Amino acid sequence: MSLITLTRNAGYAFGENRLTLVAVIILALLALCAIFGPSIAPYDPLVTSATTKLARPSALHPFGTDALGRDILSRVIVATRLDLGMAVSAVALSFVVGLALGSLAGYFGGWTDRIIGRAMDTIMAFPLFVLAMGIVVALGNSVANIIIATMIINLPFYCRFARAEVNVRREHGYVEAARMGGNGPLRVLLNHIVPNILPPMMVQASLNMGWAILNAAGLSFIGLGVRPPTPEWGIMVSEGASYIISGEWWAFMFPGAALVLAVFSFNMLGDGLRDLLDPRKRV
Amino acid sequence: MAFVWKRLLGTIPSLVGVVVLTFFISHALPGDPAAYFAGPAANADSIANIRTTLGLDRPLPVQFVHYVGDLVQGNLGRSLTTGQPVLTDLLERLPASLELSSFALLFAISIAIPMGVWAATRINGPVDHACRALVTVSAAFPTFFVGLLFVYVFYFLLGWAPQPLGRLNEIAFSPPPHVTGAYTIDALIAGDWPVLRASLAQLILPAISLGLFALAPIARITRAAMLEALGSDFIRTARASGLPVRKILMTYAFRNVLLPVSSVLGMVFSFLLGSNVLIEQVFGWQGVGAYAVAAVIASDYAAVQGFVLMMAVLYVLLNLAVDIFATVVDPRVRFEG
Repeated sequence: MSLITLTRNAGYAFGENRLTLVAVIILALLALCAIFGPSIAPYDPLVTSATTKLARPSALHPFGTDALGRDILSRVIVATRLDLGMAVSAVALSFVVGLALGSLAGYFGGWTDRIIGRAMDTIMAFPLFVLAMGIVVALGNSVANIIIATMIINLPFYCRFARAEVNVRREHGYVEAARMGGNGPLRVLLNHIVPNILPPMMVQASLNMGWAILNAAGLSFIGLGVRPPTPEWGIMVSEGASYIISGEWWAFMFPGAALVLAVFSFNMLGDGLRDLLDPRKRV
Repeated sequence: MAFVWKRLLGTIPSLVGVVVLTFFISHALPGDPAAYFAGPAANADSIANIRTTLGLDRPLPVQFVHYVGDLVQGNLGRSLTTGQPVLTDLLERLPASLELSSFALLFAISIAIPMGVWAATRINGPVDHACRALVTVSAAFPTFFVGLLFVYVFYFLLGWAPQPLGRLNEIAFSPPPHVTGAYTIDALIAGDWPVLRASLAQLILPAISLGLFALAPIARITRAAMLEALGSDFIRTARASGLPVRKILMTYAFRNVLLPVSSVLGMVFSFLLGSNVLIEQVFGWQGVGAYAVAAVIASDYAAVQGFVLMMAVLYVLLNLAVDIFATVVDPRVRFEG
């Protein structure tokens, strides 16, 4: 696809679906927060203050303050890097590992396929969030292990997707030709098959990002991985939850809204990308 | 009956996989259970001692044989926080979780299927738009956040719901005599209407916040399957023969929806069992999920592993039930399988 058709298609997709454009703008803002978070934030996200405990949203503190008097807006902004970072690294890892395993299974078939397939079936035999909990507890309670756990529970989707796509293309004419030309199996896979399955895999990845964010936030909501006082959306919602029954809504609402906004934008972007690359799948 | 046996045999590899993976998680990963059991004040000697008593110094295959032997006897270890065997703890709390999940599923199915059918018959009508909005929203909202929003709106702002602190207000009511362990059903059996009312009131918000997320995938698949069925030749023939719309929809088209719905149920169960943990945490529901979260915070290793294993086995069994349901509603599955 040449650059011109791609931009024309992009223009078409955006024109057709304004939501995708909105999603791209929101994601750009979130990316800015993730990169420059600590310098944009109006206050230090960790500084507590005894005089401004649970202050309502005001001009000074647009999102209010939490039970320790910390500015919630600053904490929400600074948390962006950690939340998106966890999700992006988990998705990138499962993308790479899933692509590798799935391609091998799809290309070689036989025992390779059976062993990899069985391993993925075993992961899928668990309720995925529960498996992630078990993995984080076993590996040790840290952010890196949250990423690994999220990577593992996402793996089967990428692996199966790559396997199916490779399997279809294995017997195509151009692959036969490449094989005839004396290319080894790895070379055929890497140079001739994988480049063709990357675009649909990317769509899969962007549709998957939202889910990865929700998973990581869910794990930290129940006290895994991220430790206080580190600002992170899931743990902030959980800290704010205690004050709901006395009506202090801002402490859980704003970090929760940030989560929703991020997940929603990734889902919309995924839908937009899918329309761009494969208009037939539009429902 | 032959196909049921075949499905039953088919679950064996899944169960073996579950046991192997749980063993791997609990014994072969770098995290050191001996250090957990020894507690923060341990030195290298006491950790080594505990490792020997737990059998963690033996080769992995030997450990695996012992692990399976323990499982067969129902021994999941002892919880550090409650001091009881993990299996006893889990079985005590399981009815509460099942009660919550079942009500959530019931709520989801009873709304999602009529909604999907209605949306398919009136494309781009209000129900269709509501259906699509729901799918988008449920994909973007964390379950725990929706639970908390409901608490804020229905308890704090409107005052319709009771305080979200568990299964029953134990100051005003005493739990019904134990039969199934689910308060609503036990109260029904005992004929204790005030307790039934009170426990239902506690159940509604958590069940709905959990059910909303199961609702969306079921509604979407019902709508899609119904659309496909309505566009097919046999429906056209039925319409041309002048059959009443009701009969066409309910008898001919709707039957074709059951198979896709049962295939999406597996995913829904995976989701329900996972999100149960979060919702129980939000509403102070004393089920296995809240138990697992408490265990996570206390680094109560055996309890978390027992919970993971129990949920996995439950999930495998639920998938088996879904498979059997699929073969009952659609004979084609029987012949292919």
